[in-house]
Order: sequence, then structure tokens, then C-alpha cells
Amino acid sequence: MSVLVVAEHDNQNLKPATLHTLAAAQLIDADVHVLVAGCDCKSVADSASQASGVTKVLLADNSGLEHQLAEAVAPLISELADSYSHVLACATTTGKNILPRAAALKDCQPLSDVIAIDSESTFKRPIYAGNVIATVSSSDPIKFLTIRGTAFDAVGAEGGNAAVEDIATTAEQNLSAFDSQELATSDRPELTAARIVVSGGRGVQSSDNFQLLYQLADKLDAAVGASRAAVDAGFVPNDMQVGQTGKVVAPELYIAIGISGAIQHLAGMKDSKVIVAINKDEEAPIFQVADYGLVADLFDVVPQLIEQL
Amino acid sequence: MKILVPVKRVVDYNVKVRPNTDGSDVDIANVKMSINPFCEIAVEEAIRLKEKGKADEVVVVSIGTTKAQEQLRSSMALGADRAILVECDEALEPLIVAKLLHKIVEKEAPGLVIMGKQSIDGDNNQTGQMLAALANLPQGTFASEVKIEEGTVAVTREIDGGLETLKLQLPAIVTTDLRLNEPRYAALPNIMKAKKKPLEVIPVGELGVDVSARTKILSVSAPEERKAGIKVSDVAELVEKLKNEAKVIS
Repeated sequence: MSVLVVAEHDNQNLKPATLHTLAAAQLIDADVHVLVAGCDCKSVADSASQASGVTKVLLADNSGLEHQLAEAVAPLISELADSYSHVLACATTTGKNILPRAAALKDCQPLSDVIAIDSESTFKRPIYAGNVIATVSSSDPIKFLTIRGTAFDAVGAEGGNAAVEDIATTAEQNLSAFDSQELATSDRPELTAARIVVSGGRGVQSSDNFQLLYQLADKLDAAVGASRAAVDAGFVPNDMQVGQTGKVVAPELYIAIGISGAIQHLAGMKDSKVIVAINKDEEAPIFQVADYGLVADLFDVVPQLIEQL
Repeated sequence: MKILVPVKRVVDYNVKVRPNTDGSDVDIANVKMSINPFCEIAVEEAIRLKEKGKADEVVVVSIGTTKAQEQLRSSMALGADRAILVECDEALEPLIVAKLLHKIVEKEAPGLVIMGKQSIDGDNNQTGQMLAALANLPQGTFASEVKIEEGTVAVTREIDGGLETLKLQLPAIVTTDLRLNEPRYAALPNIMKAKKKPLEVIPVGELGVDVSARTKILSVSAPEERKAGIKVSDVAELVEKLKNEAKVIS
């Protein structure tokens, strides 16, 4: 049977996380369909149809789906699920919000944050903040999975030529309604997709001092992340948080500046290819995972680093 | 309005757990146990809503072994009025927990359920969403602000791009993110008082839910250890290593 992937998008663009989830889906079965649920989102369906290996795109275009509220999208997914052996979504806030609701409607136990596909019914996922990797088998007739994007290489955004099929849906519900949103704006690459991430912690000391990290990031074309301590102290908005309770990243280069390296932070970045730590405390746990450590005051060395790059 | 708060007993967040030697499960014998941090935030939020006059009773519920009574007592020491323990000897899957909670929701008919967004042991982030599905109630997940209005609740959610505010019809399910509030500490007199508050124990068999598992942990292992790196002496050496050794910048 085929695999259904729920697309991550903002009604205009297909998010890169979807391409990673498609890679996981193709490890299960070659027949991969994509569901695009939203409003005025035809361009997203067109992008999805071009992604490598996609065999069909289901487009549910309806004003009731505009904000992808779980109460509207989950019944749609559960209705479609009967035709599929697996239903996959990205392990983003959207996927985590919707997929368990859809799974419960089908009386199935989902698996979260899958990092490896061993077989069509056996999967690996991290537990206890990434300190343990569990190999789990599922006996449910439909496997509902959220996929940790950083664990799978994205499929190509081009090369596919799948048909787009409109599916009718009313998406009517009166349980919940969208009120407003406040999105952080940035010209830098998206945190979870960036090749280089520069992250700051409590040691950065203030919101103003984060400018230093932005300058470094701009030099490297990097995204900027933060530890929970920096977010809680109000230096940066919470969508920049890297960790067990924030985002999980695995860039080629992760530069941790003024971050001690608490378990909960390491859970979000320890799969980075190269880790650099800049911290004045020689005993900071971050040095135990860093490939290159520099024991120094960040206010001395970060400007030097900007200059020398 | 009554608020129901499900709480979970988990390994304390400061403990670094390891797989046991045969790799069959995680070794948690003799480790410190605590209330799951996200659940603690849920208890705090419920108590604050009661203090603001938005709720008149806060009921905490846990599903687990008899030892979970400790976490229920500490929730009552923080201000919850009474507790329910669904007693069960084995660890249950989120779907089953959601089904059991659904039975409790039917029985107690709360105006609002507030619970943690995930437990720090299973890291599933599922139970609230599944309870909402089973009870056909709206869900406000990853909440960083909760405002009760007439017949509705406005929930500000932490999403990947920033924040989003939804209006949910009551009754509703809300799951808490870390920034929702800072939980208080229990004062000694309140800990003493909590010992006298009612705690009802319901054997899991009485709720008529099939508790057989759909998933099975075949094995657990430690993640790959990172090799210890090197310390560089200055910025010039760091830049040189990144360019020529790691080759991650050009």
C-alpha cells in the first residue's frame, strides 16, 4: 500500500521539512502521495508535484483549512488514511499538533520524531532527551509517524511530475478559530535547514549583544539559534530555541557561544557534523561534545572571528 | 468551572538515564523520580486560574503505580483541591492514557483540561492531542498564554515561526509549553494540608479500557558517542582548523 505525506507549508511555499519527510517515506514504499491541505495553496501543490519521487498530490483547498487547525485537518487525514499503510508528517509544531489527533481518530498509536526506518513496521526514535535510542515495532494497521527532518537527507525539489488531484472537503468545524499570529521575520536561512548555525546562550548577557552573533551569522550565511536560558532571559524570541523543547538541528557547523551545554540543549544539536564551543568556563559540559573548543571571553573572540572570516 | 490536570511521574530531569546492560529497556531502578516539568506548569496554570476566580475546583489525575500518589500529593500541596489515581502497574502508551483520561473527563465533566505538552521520558508529545480527538474537543497545544473568556479560551501557541493565537470553545484541552509560567514551590504548611485532601484510587480495570499495547520496544541503545575534540588556543587557530581540517567554511 502507498504512503501519505502531509505537506508542511504556509499556503504559498512548500517547506523544506517536507522534502526530508518524503525521503523517509520513500524508504517505506515507492508509491508516495502528498496531501496539501490549506487555502489558496495551489502553488504548494505544484511544488510538491515536482518533488522527486512523488507519485500523486492530493490538494484540499478550502477556506476552512487556511490556518491548518488540527480540528479541521485531522478529520481529513483520518478519512484519507484508510487507503494508506503509513501516514507521515514532519516533526514540526504543525505536524506534532495534527498527526496525533488524526491517529487517535483511527484508533492508532503514533510514533513521534522517527530518526530511522528499519522496516515497514520497525522504527528508531530518541527518548529521554536523546540519551537513549529506542527501536520500536508497531502492530497498528496504519502507521502514523512524525519524521525528524535532520535525520533524513532531503529528496530533490525538482525532477518529479506527479498529477495533482483536487479533493473535495467541507472542513467545517466550530470548535476552534484562528485569531492572530505574530511571526518573527528574518532574512537569514531557516534554523532547521541552515548549513551553519550560530547559537548564543546566557553568556551573551543581553539582547543587544546578540547583534554580535547576527554579524557573525551574516558573515557565514548562517542561521542564529539560542539556548533556553537566552530565550527565558528575553534576549531572543522563543522560535530560535534549540533543544529538546525547541528545535532540533543538525547543520554541518554549529557554533555554540556562551552556552554551557545542558542535556536539554544537547538533545537539539548533538547530531551536528562539527561543533565549535566558545566559552570562558573551561569546565562547561559543551566542551565534552565540541570538536573545537576555545576557552575565552566571547566578547574578545567573536569580533576577532568576524574579522578573520 | 472545574479544571482537570493530568500529571505524570517521570525520572527527574537532572538524571542522565542509560540503557540497561542487555539493552532491553532503560535502567531507572533507584533513580530520582519527580513530576514531569510540563505537568508542573499545567498545575501552576490551573491554580492561577482558580486564584483569578476563573475556576472553582482543580482536580489532578495521574495514571501509574501507587507511587504516583507522591506527585499527586505534591500537586495538592501547590494548590490542587483533590486527586484521582488510576492505578496501573505497567507503563501505558499515550493512546491508552488518552482513552483512560477520556473516561475521567466524561465522569468529571471539567470545563478545561490543562496538561503538559510532552513527558520528558517518552518525548511523545501526543496525549493531549489524542484526548482532544477522542472527546471531540478543541485543542490548544504548546500554550504560552491562556486567557479564559465567556464560553471560550484564547490560547497563544508557540509555533515554529513565532506565536499564534486561537480561540477555542469550552470545554477545551490545553497543553503547556515551558514559557507559560514559573511554577511555585510548596510551603511546608501546604504540604501538611495536602495530606488531608481527598485522593481517590481507581483500579485501571474498572474503567473498561483495553490496555494492551500496539507498540513494542524491541531494544534500546545509547546514541553514538561523539569523540572528544581538541581545544584551540586562539581565533586564528580556530579559523585555520575550520577551513583546512574540518573544511566546513571556505
